[in-house]
Amino acid sequence: MDERIARHPPATGGTIVTDVWTAPFWEAAARRELVLPRCAVCGTYRMPPTPFCPNCHSQSIDWIPHDGTAVLYSYTIVDRVLIDGMEGSLPYVPAIVEFPHAQGIRLITNMVDCPIGALRVDAPVDLIWIEPEPGTALPAFTLSRQQREHD
Amino acid sequence: MTSANSSRTICNKTAIVGVGATPYYRRGESAPQTLDELVGKAILEALSDSGLNCRDVDGFAYFSGGFDTGYLMETLGIPEVRFTASLTGTGGGSAGSIGLGAAAIVSGMADVVVCVGANQQGSQRFGAITSAYPATPGNAFFGATGLVGPGHIFALLARRHMHLYGTTREHFAEVALSARANAVNNPEARMRNPLTSEEYFNAPMLADPHCLFDFCLETDGAVAVVLTTAERARDLRRRPVEVLASTHGGSRDWGRSIYWMNMPDKVFASSGHASVAARLYAEAGVGPQDIDCAQFYDHFTSQVIMQIEDYGFCERGEGGPFVADGNIRLDGALPINTDGGQLSAGYVWGMTHVREAVEQLRGDAFNQIHDAEVALVTGGPSNLPVSGLILGRG
Ligand SMILES: [Zn+2]
Repeated sequence: MDERIARHPPATGGTIVTDVWTAPFWEAAARRELVLPRCAVCGTYRMPPTPFCPNCHSQSIDWIPHDGTAVLYSYTIVDRVLIDGMEGSLPYVPAIVEFPHAQGIRLITNMVDCPIGALRVDAPVDLIWIEPEPGTALPAFTLSRQQREHD
Repeated sequence: MTSANSSRTICNKTAIVGVGATPYYRRGESAPQTLDELVGKAILEALSDSGLNCRDVDGFAYFSGGFDTGYLMETLGIPEVRFTASLTGTGGGSAGSIGLGAAAIVSGMADVVVCVGANQQGSQRFGAITSAYPATPGNAFFGATGLVGPGHIFALLARRHMHLYGTTREHFAEVALSARANAVNNPEARMRNPLTSEEYFNAPMLADPHCLFDFCLETDGAVAVVLTTAERARDLRRRPVEVLASTHGGSRDWGRSIYWMNMPDKVFASSGHASVAARLYAEAGVGPQDIDCAQFYDHFTSQVIMQIEDYGFCERGEGGPFVADGNIRLDGALPINTDGGQLSAGYVWGMTHVREAVEQLRGDAFNQIHDAEVALVTGGPSNLPVSGLILGRG
Protein backbone atom coordinates (compact mmCIF):
# COMPACT_ATOMS: atom_id res chain seq x y z
CA MET A 1 0.00 0.00 0.00
CA ASP A 2 1.08 3.55 -0.73
CA GLU A 3 1.55 4.81 2.84
CA ARG A 4 2.29 8.39 1.83
CA ILE A 5 -0.10 10.90 3.34
CA ALA A 6 -2.12 13.10 0.99
CA ARG A 7 -0.84 16.63 1.58
CA HIS A 8 -2.63 19.93 1.32
CA PRO A 9 -2.81 21.40 -2.20
CA PRO A 10 -0.38 24.16 -3.19
CA ALA A 11 -1.50 27.64 -2.16
CA THR A 12 -2.62 29.51 -5.24
CA GLY A 13 -1.75 32.86 -3.70
CA GLY A 14 -4.84 34.36 -5.28
CA THR A 15 -7.96 35.43 -3.49
CA ILE A 16 -11.22 33.63 -4.19
CA VAL A 17 -13.22 35.72 -6.67
CA THR A 18 -16.95 35.71 -5.95
CA ASP A 19 -20.17 37.15 -7.29
CA VAL A 20 -23.52 37.67 -5.62
CA TRP A 21 -24.48 34.04 -6.25
CA THR A 22 -21.31 32.38 -5.00
CA ALA A 23 -20.35 34.73 -2.16
CA PRO A 24 -22.50 33.05 0.56
CA PHE A 25 -20.64 29.76 0.02
CA TRP A 26 -17.22 31.36 0.46
CA GLU A 27 -18.28 33.68 3.27
CA ALA A 28 -19.50 30.66 5.22
CA ALA A 29 -16.32 28.76 4.33
CA ALA A 30 -14.25 31.58 5.81
CA ARG A 31 -16.14 30.86 9.08
CA ARG A 32 -15.47 27.13 8.58
CA GLU A 33 -19.09 26.40 7.86
CA LEU A 34 -20.18 24.33 4.88
CA VAL A 35 -23.42 25.58 3.36
CA LEU A 36 -25.02 24.21 0.21
CA PRO A 37 -27.46 26.09 -2.03
CA ARG A 38 -31.02 24.79 -2.26
CA CYS A 39 -33.85 26.35 -4.23
CA ALA A 40 -36.21 28.03 -1.76
CA VAL A 41 -39.23 27.23 -3.92
CA CYS A 42 -38.86 23.66 -5.20
CA GLY A 43 -36.07 22.38 -2.96
CA THR A 44 -33.62 21.40 -5.71
CA TYR A 45 -29.97 21.63 -4.72
CA ARG A 46 -27.51 22.94 -7.27
CA MET A 47 -23.72 23.27 -7.31
CA PRO A 48 -22.05 25.56 -8.03
CA PRO A 49 -24.65 28.22 -7.17
CA THR A 50 -26.03 29.95 -10.27
CA PRO A 51 -28.63 32.72 -10.76
CA PHE A 52 -31.60 30.45 -11.52
CA CYS A 53 -32.93 27.15 -10.31
CA PRO A 54 -32.72 24.94 -13.41
CA ASN A 55 -35.89 23.18 -12.27
CA CYS A 56 -38.28 26.08 -11.56
CA HIS A 57 -36.29 29.24 -12.46
CA SER A 58 -36.73 30.68 -9.00
CA GLN A 59 -33.90 32.93 -7.90
CA SER A 60 -34.46 32.37 -4.20
CA ILE A 61 -31.80 30.26 -2.50
CA ASP A 62 -31.73 28.80 0.99
CA TRP A 63 -28.18 28.16 2.18
CA ILE A 64 -28.42 24.88 4.04
CA PRO A 65 -25.77 24.09 6.66
CA HIS A 66 -24.27 20.68 5.97
CA ASP A 67 -22.30 18.44 8.30
CA GLY A 68 -19.91 17.43 5.49
CA THR A 69 -20.92 13.78 5.35
CA ALA A 70 -19.92 12.76 1.83
CA VAL A 71 -18.57 9.98 -0.33
CA LEU A 72 -15.45 10.10 -2.50
CA TYR A 73 -16.71 10.24 -6.08
CA SER A 74 -13.36 10.38 -7.89
CA TYR A 75 -9.82 11.62 -7.36
CA THR A 76 -6.44 12.05 -8.99
CA ILE A 77 -3.00 11.90 -7.41
CA VAL A 78 -0.56 14.66 -8.29
CA ASP A 79 3.01 13.62 -7.70
CA ARG A 80 4.94 15.73 -10.20
CA VAL A 81 5.74 19.41 -10.37
CA LEU A 82 3.93 21.13 -13.24
CA ILE A 83 4.16 24.74 -12.08
CA ASP A 84 6.29 26.63 -9.60
CA GLY A 85 5.06 26.47 -6.04
CA MET A 86 3.95 22.84 -6.19
CA GLU A 87 7.21 21.40 -4.88
CA GLY A 88 6.32 21.45 -1.19
CA SER A 89 2.84 20.00 -1.65
CA LEU A 90 3.49 16.66 -3.34
CA PRO A 91 1.75 14.33 -3.33
CA TYR A 92 -1.69 15.92 -3.16
CA VAL A 93 -5.10 14.62 -4.20
CA PRO A 94 -7.66 16.76 -6.05
CA ALA A 95 -11.00 15.04 -5.67
CA ILE A 96 -14.73 15.23 -6.17
CA VAL A 97 -17.02 14.40 -3.27
CA GLU A 98 -20.74 13.74 -3.44
CA PHE A 99 -23.28 14.68 -0.73
CA PRO A 100 -25.88 11.89 -0.46
CA HIS A 101 -27.96 13.99 1.95
CA ALA A 102 -28.10 16.90 -0.51
CA GLN A 103 -29.51 15.14 -3.55
CA GLY A 104 -26.07 13.95 -4.63
CA ILE A 105 -24.61 17.31 -5.62
CA ARG A 106 -20.84 17.35 -5.81
CA LEU A 107 -17.99 19.57 -4.75
CA ILE A 108 -14.54 19.74 -6.35
CA THR A 109 -12.14 19.62 -3.43
CA ASN A 110 -9.12 17.76 -2.01
CA MET A 111 -8.54 14.59 -0.04
CA VAL A 112 -5.96 15.31 2.66
CA ASP A 113 -4.31 13.84 5.74
CA CYS A 114 -4.94 10.18 4.92
CA PRO A 115 -2.80 7.46 3.30
CA ILE A 116 -2.98 7.61 -0.48
CA GLY A 117 -3.10 3.84 -0.69
CA ALA A 118 -6.30 3.77 1.37
CA LEU A 119 -8.25 5.95 -1.05
CA ARG A 120 -11.19 4.19 -2.69
CA VAL A 121 -13.93 5.54 -4.93
CA ASP A 122 -17.21 5.55 -2.97
CA ALA A 123 -15.41 5.62 0.41
CA PRO A 124 -17.17 7.66 3.12
CA VAL A 125 -15.33 10.89 3.84
CA ASP A 126 -15.47 13.61 6.49
CA LEU A 127 -15.16 17.35 6.11
CA ILE A 128 -12.13 19.10 7.53
CA TRP A 129 -10.93 22.65 6.98
CA ILE A 130 -7.55 23.53 5.55
CA GLU A 131 -5.77 26.86 5.68
CA PRO A 132 -3.94 27.50 2.38
CA GLU A 133 -2.98 30.99 3.56
CA PRO A 134 -3.06 32.18 7.16
CA GLY A 135 -6.55 33.38 8.06
CA THR A 136 -8.29 31.64 5.14
CA ALA A 137 -10.21 28.37 5.13
CA LEU A 138 -11.14 25.93 2.40
CA PRO A 139 -13.25 22.79 2.68
CA ALA A 140 -11.33 19.55 2.22
CA PHE A 141 -12.05 15.94 3.07
CA THR A 142 -10.37 12.98 4.67
CA LEU A 143 -11.31 9.32 4.91
CA SER A 144 -13.93 8.95 7.60
CA ARG A 145 -12.84 7.58 10.95
CA GLN A 146 -15.25 4.66 10.54
CA GLN A 147 -13.69 3.82 7.19
CA ARG A 148 -10.18 3.82 8.61
CA GLU A 149 -11.13 1.60 11.53
CA HIS A 150 -12.85 -0.75 9.13
CA ASP A 151 -9.66 -1.03 7.07
CA MET B 1 -34.20 14.56 -36.95
CA THR B 2 -33.64 17.22 -39.55
CA SER B 3 -32.57 14.74 -42.21
CA ALA B 4 -36.27 13.99 -42.76
CA ASN B 5 -36.47 17.33 -44.49
CA SER B 6 -33.90 17.18 -47.25
CA SER B 7 -33.89 20.92 -47.82
CA ARG B 8 -32.71 21.45 -44.25
CA THR B 9 -29.50 19.42 -44.25
CA ILE B 10 -25.90 20.04 -45.22
CA CYS B 11 -25.49 16.39 -46.26
CA ASN B 12 -23.58 15.98 -49.55
CA LYS B 13 -23.83 19.65 -50.43
CA THR B 14 -20.27 20.75 -49.70
CA ALA B 15 -16.82 19.26 -50.02
CA ILE B 16 -13.33 19.75 -48.68
CA VAL B 17 -11.21 20.59 -51.71
CA GLY B 18 -7.89 21.56 -50.19
CA VAL B 19 -5.77 20.87 -47.14
CA GLY B 20 -2.65 22.62 -45.93
CA ALA B 21 -0.49 22.26 -42.87
CA THR B 22 2.75 23.55 -41.44
CA PRO B 23 5.18 21.02 -40.02
CA TYR B 24 4.28 19.90 -36.50
CA TYR B 25 6.89 21.65 -34.40
CA ARG B 26 7.97 20.69 -30.96
CA ARG B 27 6.48 23.15 -28.46
CA GLY B 28 8.17 26.52 -28.88
CA GLU B 29 10.24 25.52 -31.91
CA SER B 30 8.05 27.28 -34.49
CA ALA B 31 9.67 30.58 -33.43
CA PRO B 32 10.50 33.09 -34.83
CA GLN B 33 7.45 32.51 -37.01
CA THR B 34 4.37 34.20 -35.58
CA LEU B 35 1.05 32.44 -35.04
CA ASP B 36 -0.59 34.42 -37.85
CA GLU B 37 2.31 33.42 -40.09
CA LEU B 38 1.74 29.73 -39.36
CA VAL B 39 -1.97 30.21 -40.09
CA GLY B 40 -1.18 32.03 -43.34
CA LYS B 41 1.18 29.29 -44.49
CA ALA B 42 -1.43 26.60 -43.84
CA ILE B 43 -4.11 28.58 -45.69
CA LEU B 44 -1.89 29.27 -48.70
CA GLU B 45 -0.94 25.59 -48.91
CA ALA B 46 -4.59 24.52 -48.65
CA LEU B 47 -5.60 26.92 -51.41
CA SER B 48 -2.76 25.80 -53.62
CA ASP B 49 -3.76 22.18 -53.01
CA SER B 50 -7.32 22.99 -54.09
CA GLY B 51 -6.45 25.00 -57.20
CA LEU B 52 -8.26 28.02 -55.79
CA ASN B 53 -6.59 31.23 -54.65
CA CYS B 54 -7.02 33.99 -52.11
CA ARG B 55 -9.34 35.94 -54.39
CA ASP B 56 -11.80 33.03 -54.27
CA VAL B 57 -12.02 32.93 -50.46
CA ASP B 58 -15.09 34.69 -49.08
CA GLY B 59 -15.61 32.99 -45.74
CA PHE B 60 -13.94 31.88 -42.53
CA ALA B 61 -15.26 29.38 -40.00
CA TYR B 62 -13.30 29.00 -36.78
CA PHE B 63 -13.52 27.44 -33.35
CA SER B 64 -11.85 28.03 -29.96
CA GLY B 65 -11.95 31.78 -30.20
CA GLY B 66 -10.85 32.05 -33.79
CA PHE B 67 -8.46 34.44 -35.45
CA ASP B 68 -8.44 38.00 -36.72
CA THR B 69 -10.11 37.80 -40.12
CA GLY B 70 -9.23 41.42 -40.99
CA TYR B 71 -5.55 40.75 -40.39
CA LEU B 72 -5.60 37.58 -42.48
CA MET B 73 -7.35 39.44 -45.34
CA GLU B 74 -4.84 42.26 -45.10
CA THR B 75 -1.77 40.06 -45.26
CA LEU B 76 -3.07 37.42 -47.69
CA GLY B 77 -4.81 39.85 -50.05
CA ILE B 78 -8.30 38.42 -49.66
CA PRO B 79 -10.50 41.13 -51.18
CA GLU B 80 -13.96 40.53 -49.68
CA VAL B 81 -15.35 38.26 -46.99
CA ARG B 82 -19.07 37.55 -46.64
CA PHE B 83 -18.98 35.16 -43.70
CA THR B 84 -16.73 35.06 -40.65
CA ALA B 85 -17.82 33.23 -37.54
CA SER B 86 -16.54 30.97 -34.80
CA LEU B 87 -18.01 28.22 -32.72
CA THR B 88 -18.00 28.97 -29.02
CA GLY B 89 -15.99 26.92 -26.55
CA THR B 90 -12.49 25.54 -26.99
CA GLY B 91 -11.03 22.51 -28.79
CA GLY B 92 -14.45 20.89 -28.76
CA GLY B 93 -15.35 22.74 -31.95
CA SER B 94 -12.68 21.52 -34.37
CA ALA B 95 -14.86 19.00 -36.21
CA GLY B 96 -17.84 21.31 -35.88
CA SER B 97 -16.13 24.25 -37.55
CA ILE B 98 -16.38 22.32 -40.82
CA GLY B 99 -20.14 22.19 -40.28
CA LEU B 100 -20.20 25.91 -39.59
CA GLY B 101 -18.45 26.51 -42.91
CA ALA B 102 -20.76 24.10 -44.70
CA ALA B 103 -23.80 25.84 -43.22
CA ALA B 104 -22.55 29.15 -44.58
CA ILE B 105 -22.11 27.67 -48.05
CA VAL B 106 -25.44 25.80 -48.12
CA SER B 107 -27.28 28.93 -47.00
CA GLY B 108 -25.62 31.00 -49.71
CA MET B 109 -23.70 33.20 -47.31
CA ALA B 110 -20.33 32.15 -48.75
CA ASP B 111 -18.88 30.11 -51.61
CA VAL B 112 -15.38 29.26 -50.46
CA VAL B 113 -14.77 28.95 -46.73
CA VAL B 114 -11.48 28.42 -44.95
CA CYS B 115 -11.48 26.50 -41.66
CA VAL B 116 -8.28 26.69 -39.69
CA GLY B 117 -6.82 25.65 -36.38
CA ALA B 118 -3.44 26.60 -35.00
CA ASN B 119 -1.49 26.80 -31.84
CA GLN B 120 1.80 28.14 -30.72
CA GLN B 121 2.85 27.63 -27.13
CA GLY B 122 5.14 30.23 -25.70
CA SER B 123 5.82 30.46 -22.03
CA GLN B 124 2.40 29.03 -21.16
CA ARG B 125 2.22 25.27 -21.53
CA PHE B 126 -1.16 23.80 -22.39
CA GLY B 127 -0.43 21.09 -19.86
CA ALA B 128 -0.77 23.63 -17.07
CA ILE B 129 -3.22 25.98 -18.77
CA THR B 130 -5.95 25.87 -16.15
CA SER B 131 -3.53 27.35 -13.63
CA ALA B 132 -3.16 30.38 -15.90
CA TYR B 133 -6.85 31.19 -16.27
CA PRO B 134 -7.75 34.47 -14.56
CA ALA B 135 -9.63 33.92 -11.31
CA THR B 136 -13.42 34.07 -11.75
CA PRO B 137 -16.39 33.21 -9.55
CA GLY B 138 -16.87 30.12 -11.74
CA ASN B 139 -13.40 28.67 -11.52
CA ALA B 140 -13.14 29.42 -7.80
CA PHE B 141 -14.81 26.03 -7.36
CA PHE B 142 -11.83 24.15 -8.76
CA GLY B 143 -9.05 26.74 -8.81
CA ALA B 144 -7.84 26.17 -5.28
CA THR B 145 -7.67 22.38 -5.51
CA GLY B 146 -4.44 22.16 -7.47
CA LEU B 147 -6.07 20.90 -10.68
CA VAL B 148 -3.48 22.81 -12.68
CA GLY B 149 -3.94 21.11 -16.03
CA PRO B 150 -6.50 19.33 -18.18
CA GLY B 151 -4.68 16.07 -17.51
CA HIS B 152 -5.59 16.25 -13.85
CA ILE B 153 -9.19 17.18 -14.61
CA PHE B 154 -9.75 14.38 -17.12
CA ALA B 155 -8.06 11.95 -14.73
CA LEU B 156 -11.10 12.38 -12.50
CA LEU B 157 -13.34 11.13 -15.31
CA ALA B 158 -10.91 8.33 -16.11
CA ARG B 159 -10.88 7.03 -12.54
CA ARG B 160 -14.67 7.04 -12.40
CA HIS B 161 -14.79 5.05 -15.65
CA MET B 162 -12.35 2.54 -14.17
CA HIS B 163 -14.51 2.28 -11.05
CA LEU B 164 -17.81 1.84 -12.88
CA TYR B 165 -16.71 -0.48 -15.66
CA GLY B 166 -13.43 -2.09 -14.70
CA THR B 167 -11.41 -0.18 -17.28
CA THR B 168 -7.69 -0.60 -16.65
CA ARG B 169 -4.40 1.11 -17.37
CA GLU B 170 -3.69 -1.72 -19.83
CA HIS B 171 -6.62 -0.37 -21.86
CA PHE B 172 -5.22 3.16 -21.80
CA ALA B 173 -1.84 1.73 -22.79
CA GLU B 174 -3.31 0.08 -25.87
CA VAL B 175 -4.57 3.45 -27.12
CA ALA B 176 -1.13 4.99 -26.64
CA LEU B 177 0.75 2.05 -28.19
CA SER B 178 -1.60 1.90 -31.16
CA ALA B 179 -1.18 5.61 -31.84
CA ARG B 180 2.58 5.30 -31.67
CA ALA B 181 2.62 2.32 -34.01
CA ASN B 182 0.75 4.44 -36.56
CA ALA B 183 3.09 7.40 -36.09
CA VAL B 184 6.12 5.24 -36.82
CA ASN B 185 5.05 5.12 -40.49
CA ASN B 186 4.17 8.82 -40.72
CA PRO B 187 7.22 10.90 -41.67
CA GLU B 188 5.42 14.04 -40.50
CA ALA B 189 4.74 12.66 -37.02
CA ARG B 190 6.76 13.99 -34.11
CA MET B 191 7.16 10.70 -32.23
CA ARG B 192 8.43 7.99 -34.54
CA ASN B 193 10.26 5.65 -32.18
CA PRO B 194 8.16 2.60 -31.29
CA LEU B 195 6.68 2.59 -27.80
CA THR B 196 6.72 -0.59 -25.73
CA SER B 197 4.36 -1.62 -23.00
CA GLU B 198 7.29 -1.64 -20.60
CA GLU B 199 8.12 1.99 -21.43
CA TYR B 200 4.48 2.92 -20.97
CA PHE B 201 4.24 1.39 -17.50
CA ASN B 202 7.61 2.81 -16.43
CA ALA B 203 6.61 6.36 -17.37
CA PRO B 204 5.93 8.90 -14.63
CA MET B 205 2.35 9.20 -13.38
CA LEU B 206 1.56 12.82 -14.16
CA ALA B 207 -2.07 12.69 -13.04
CA ASP B 208 -2.86 9.26 -11.66
CA PRO B 209 -4.37 7.21 -13.38
CA HIS B 210 -2.85 9.09 -16.34
CA CYS B 211 0.85 8.62 -17.03
CA LEU B 212 3.05 10.60 -19.41
CA PHE B 213 1.99 8.56 -22.46
CA ASP B 214 -1.72 9.10 -21.78
CA PHE B 215 -1.24 12.80 -22.54
CA CYS B 216 -1.21 14.26 -26.05
CA LEU B 217 1.85 16.07 -27.35
CA GLU B 218 2.39 19.79 -27.04
CA THR B 219 3.19 20.97 -30.55
CA ASP B 220 3.10 24.19 -32.56
CA GLY B 221 1.55 24.30 -35.99
CA ALA B 222 -1.42 25.16 -38.16
CA VAL B 223 -3.81 23.15 -40.33
CA ALA B 224 -6.27 24.69 -42.78
CA VAL B 225 -8.91 23.22 -45.05
CA VAL B 226 -10.84 24.79 -47.93
CA LEU B 227 -14.51 24.06 -48.31
CA THR B 228 -16.84 24.85 -51.23
CA THR B 229 -19.99 23.56 -52.87
CA ALA B 230 -20.04 19.91 -53.93
CA GLU B 231 -20.83 21.12 -57.44
CA ARG B 232 -17.81 23.42 -57.70
CA ALA B 233 -15.63 20.76 -56.05
CA ARG B 234 -16.09 18.45 -59.04
CA ASP B 235 -14.16 20.85 -61.28
CA LEU B 236 -11.21 21.40 -58.96
CA ARG B 237 -7.77 19.79 -58.74
CA ARG B 238 -8.27 17.18 -56.07
CA ARG B 239 -10.74 14.40 -55.57
CA PRO B 240 -13.49 16.02 -53.45
CA VAL B 241 -14.13 14.83 -49.92
CA GLU B 242 -17.79 15.40 -49.20
CA VAL B 243 -19.21 16.59 -45.90
CA LEU B 244 -21.88 14.02 -45.00
CA ALA B 245 -22.63 15.60 -41.64
CA SER B 246 -21.18 17.84 -38.98
CA THR B 247 -22.90 18.38 -35.66
CA HIS B 248 -21.98 20.26 -32.54
CA GLY B 249 -23.43 21.30 -29.22
CA GLY B 250 -24.37 18.63 -26.74
CA SER B 251 -26.55 17.85 -23.78
CA ARG B 252 -27.20 19.93 -20.65
CA ASP B 253 -26.22 16.81 -18.71
CA TRP B 254 -22.67 17.40 -19.98
CA GLY B 255 -22.77 21.20 -20.08
CA ARG B 256 -19.64 22.77 -18.66
CA SER B 257 -18.53 19.24 -17.81
CA ILE B 258 -14.99 19.42 -16.45
CA TYR B 259 -15.65 22.83 -14.90
CA TRP B 260 -18.95 21.67 -13.41
CA MET B 261 -18.42 18.02 -12.40
CA ASN B 262 -22.10 17.57 -11.53
CA MET B 263 -22.99 15.52 -14.60
CA PRO B 264 -25.28 12.52 -13.97
CA ASP B 265 -23.13 9.50 -13.18
CA LYS B 266 -23.48 7.82 -16.58
CA VAL B 267 -22.61 11.01 -18.41
CA PHE B 268 -19.76 11.87 -16.04
CA ALA B 269 -17.69 8.85 -17.13
CA SER B 270 -18.10 9.64 -20.82
CA SER B 271 -16.82 12.00 -23.49
CA GLY B 272 -20.06 14.01 -23.58
CA HIS B 273 -20.48 13.18 -27.26
CA ALA B 274 -23.46 10.78 -27.13
CA SER B 275 -26.17 13.16 -28.33
CA VAL B 276 -23.92 14.83 -30.90
CA ALA B 277 -22.97 11.37 -32.21
CA ALA B 278 -26.61 10.31 -32.56
CA ARG B 279 -27.45 13.46 -34.53
CA LEU B 280 -24.33 13.03 -36.63
CA TYR B 281 -25.22 9.51 -37.78
CA ALA B 282 -28.84 10.51 -38.46
CA GLU B 283 -27.77 13.50 -40.50
CA ALA B 284 -25.20 11.52 -42.50
CA GLY B 285 -27.50 8.54 -43.00
CA VAL B 286 -24.81 6.13 -41.83
CA GLY B 287 -24.09 4.17 -38.67
CA PRO B 288 -21.02 3.04 -36.77
CA GLN B 289 -20.79 -0.06 -38.99
CA ASP B 290 -20.21 2.21 -42.02
CA ILE B 291 -17.18 4.03 -40.60
CA ASP B 292 -13.96 2.88 -42.30
CA CYS B 293 -11.65 4.86 -40.03
CA ALA B 294 -12.12 7.23 -37.13
CA GLN B 295 -9.99 10.14 -36.02
CA PHE B 296 -10.84 10.69 -32.36
CA TYR B 297 -9.72 13.80 -30.51
CA ASP B 298 -7.07 12.20 -28.34
CA HIS B 299 -5.98 14.69 -25.71
CA PHE B 300 -6.06 11.75 -23.29
CA THR B 301 -6.14 8.02 -23.96
CA SER B 302 -9.02 7.53 -21.53
CA GLN B 303 -11.16 9.94 -23.52
CA VAL B 304 -10.56 7.95 -26.70
CA ILE B 305 -12.09 4.93 -24.99
CA MET B 306 -15.09 6.97 -23.86
CA GLN B 307 -15.61 8.40 -27.36
CA ILE B 308 -15.57 4.90 -28.83
CA GLU B 309 -18.51 4.20 -26.52
CA ASP B 310 -20.33 7.47 -27.21
CA TYR B 311 -20.07 6.90 -30.97
CA GLY B 312 -21.66 3.48 -30.61
CA PHE B 313 -18.77 1.20 -31.58
CA CYS B 314 -19.46 -0.77 -28.41
CA GLU B 315 -21.71 -0.60 -25.38
CA ARG B 316 -21.06 1.94 -22.63
CA GLY B 317 -18.36 0.58 -20.37
CA GLU B 318 -17.04 -1.83 -23.01
CA GLY B 319 -14.53 0.59 -24.54
CA GLY B 320 -11.61 -0.89 -22.62
CA PRO B 321 -12.14 -4.48 -23.77
CA PHE B 322 -12.93 -3.14 -27.27
CA VAL B 323 -9.48 -1.61 -27.63
CA ALA B 324 -7.80 -4.54 -25.89
CA ASP B 325 -9.21 -6.85 -28.57
CA GLY B 326 -7.15 -5.10 -31.25
CA ASN B 327 -10.07 -3.32 -32.87
CA ILE B 328 -8.41 0.09 -33.15
CA ARG B 329 -5.24 -1.12 -34.91
CA LEU B 330 -4.74 -0.55 -38.63
CA ASP B 331 -5.89 -4.11 -39.34
CA GLY B 332 -8.73 -3.98 -36.81
CA ALA B 333 -12.45 -3.41 -37.22
CA LEU B 334 -12.10 0.31 -36.49
CA PRO B 335 -8.69 1.77 -37.31
CA ILE B 336 -8.36 5.03 -35.37
CA ASN B 337 -5.99 7.98 -35.41
CA THR B 338 -4.22 6.51 -38.39
CA ASP B 339 -1.60 9.28 -38.57
CA GLY B 340 -0.52 8.73 -34.96
CA GLY B 341 -3.02 11.20 -33.58
CA GLN B 342 -2.39 13.96 -31.12
CA LEU B 343 -0.72 11.41 -28.86
CA SER B 344 2.13 10.76 -31.30
CA ALA B 345 1.87 12.80 -34.53
CA GLY B 346 1.03 16.36 -33.54
CA TYR B 347 -1.42 18.47 -31.60
CA VAL B 348 -3.16 21.28 -33.48
CA TRP B 349 -6.47 21.60 -31.62
CA GLY B 350 -7.91 18.59 -33.43
CA MET B 351 -7.44 19.89 -36.98
CA THR B 352 -4.79 17.24 -37.69
CA HIS B 353 -7.67 14.77 -37.48
CA VAL B 354 -9.60 16.57 -40.23
CA ARG B 355 -6.47 16.53 -42.35
CA GLU B 356 -5.89 12.80 -41.81
CA ALA B 357 -9.51 11.93 -42.62
CA VAL B 358 -9.27 13.86 -45.89
CA GLU B 359 -6.04 12.09 -46.79
CA GLN B 360 -7.57 8.69 -46.05
CA LEU B 361 -10.56 9.45 -48.29
CA ARG B 362 -8.35 10.72 -51.08
CA GLY B 363 -6.39 7.48 -50.83
CA ASP B 364 -3.03 9.07 -50.10
CA ALA B 365 -2.56 8.57 -46.36
CA PHE B 366 0.70 7.16 -45.00
CA ASN B 367 -1.19 4.33 -43.32
CA GLN B 368 -3.82 4.02 -46.02
CA ILE B 369 -6.92 2.05 -45.02
CA HIS B 370 -7.89 -0.01 -48.05
CA ASP B 371 -10.89 1.43 -49.88
CA ALA B 372 -11.75 3.96 -47.15
CA GLU B 373 -15.02 5.63 -48.11
CA VAL B 374 -16.42 7.05 -44.88
CA ALA B 375 -14.42 8.65 -42.08
CA LEU B 376 -15.40 9.97 -38.66
CA VAL B 377 -13.68 12.94 -37.02
CA THR B 378 -14.38 14.22 -33.53
CA GLY B 379 -13.68 17.47 -31.71
CA GLY B 380 -12.34 17.60 -28.20
CA PRO B 381 -14.36 16.32 -25.28
CA SER B 382 -14.48 19.47 -23.17
CA ASN B 383 -17.02 22.01 -22.04
CA LEU B 384 -19.73 22.42 -24.70
CA PRO B 385 -19.79 22.49 -27.61
CA VAL B 386 -18.39 19.13 -28.51
CA SER B 387 -18.58 18.22 -32.18
CA GLY B 388 -18.36 15.51 -34.78
CA LEU B 389 -17.87 15.25 -38.53
CA ILE B 390 -18.46 12.51 -41.06
CA LEU B 391 -16.71 12.79 -44.41
CA GLY B 392 -17.23 10.65 -47.50
CA ARG B 393 -15.16 9.93 -50.60
CA GLY B 394 -16.55 12.10 -53.40
ZN1 LIG C 1 -36.49 25.44 -7.96
